[in-house]
Amino acid sequence: MIRSAIVTAAIDPAALLSEVTTTATGATSLFVGTVRDVNDGRAVTGIEYSAYTSMALDEMERIAQETAQQFDGIRIVIEHRVGNLLLQEISVAIAVAHARRAPAMDACRHAIEELKRRVPIWKQEHYVDGDRHWVDPTGLQSTGAPP
Amino acid sequence: MTQLQVLLFASYAEAFGTSAVTVTVSEPATSADVVAALRSLPGGAVLPATPVVAVDRRYVRGAVAVRAGQEIALIPPVAGG
Repeated sequence: MIRSAIVTAAIDPAALLSEVTTTATGATSLFVGTVRDVNDGRAVTGIEYSAYTSMALDEMERIAQETAQQFDGIRIVIEHRVGNLLLQEISVAIAVAHARRAPAMDACRHAIEELKRRVPIWKQEHYVDGDRHWVDPTGLQSTGAPP
Repeated sequence: MTQLQVLLFASYAEAFGTSAVTVTVSEPATSADVVAALRSLPGGAVLPATPVVAVDRRYVRGAVAVRAGQEIALIPPVAGG
């Protein structure tokens, strides 16, 4: 069972948990990413997320499929939110269920790392002083190597 | 010569002042030709030496052949999560 989505409304992690959990899954791992109040020493008031939506959806689906191939038997749901998010709001959530805890946890970690590396989503941080900044967490992509 | 539309996002869209731009390149064209054409436009200085390119919603490596009708996009450093 695989599902991925880009959403504009609040993400409900409990709904994701119940979506992947069945009587056969003994372990469910949940990753929740939220908006943090400080980045690189600057006070953040919120983040505006934007996406190349069609490609981001394709890439999230590819990540979910690849993760399910690598960790056989998982059930995985990935949701990423776009738009203006306030502090502590959920930007991304990944729920993975499996019969055993190791694949559930490893697959969840794998999926979020791949999402951060590959999915064409961007964030512009808004600061207390009114300034704004496009976040570049890698600084590596100027080498031209695709993620 | 052929005209190709290129999608721009985030910091690139801001620098070029638009989310889609049409460039004119010689045929047969490559993704490198598209980048070179973009670089000569106002805002083009924002582009790194070899920006990441996607064709038909997939990342491509190096200079690949492109033609009208394909969905060509320049991908700024991603920052999801």
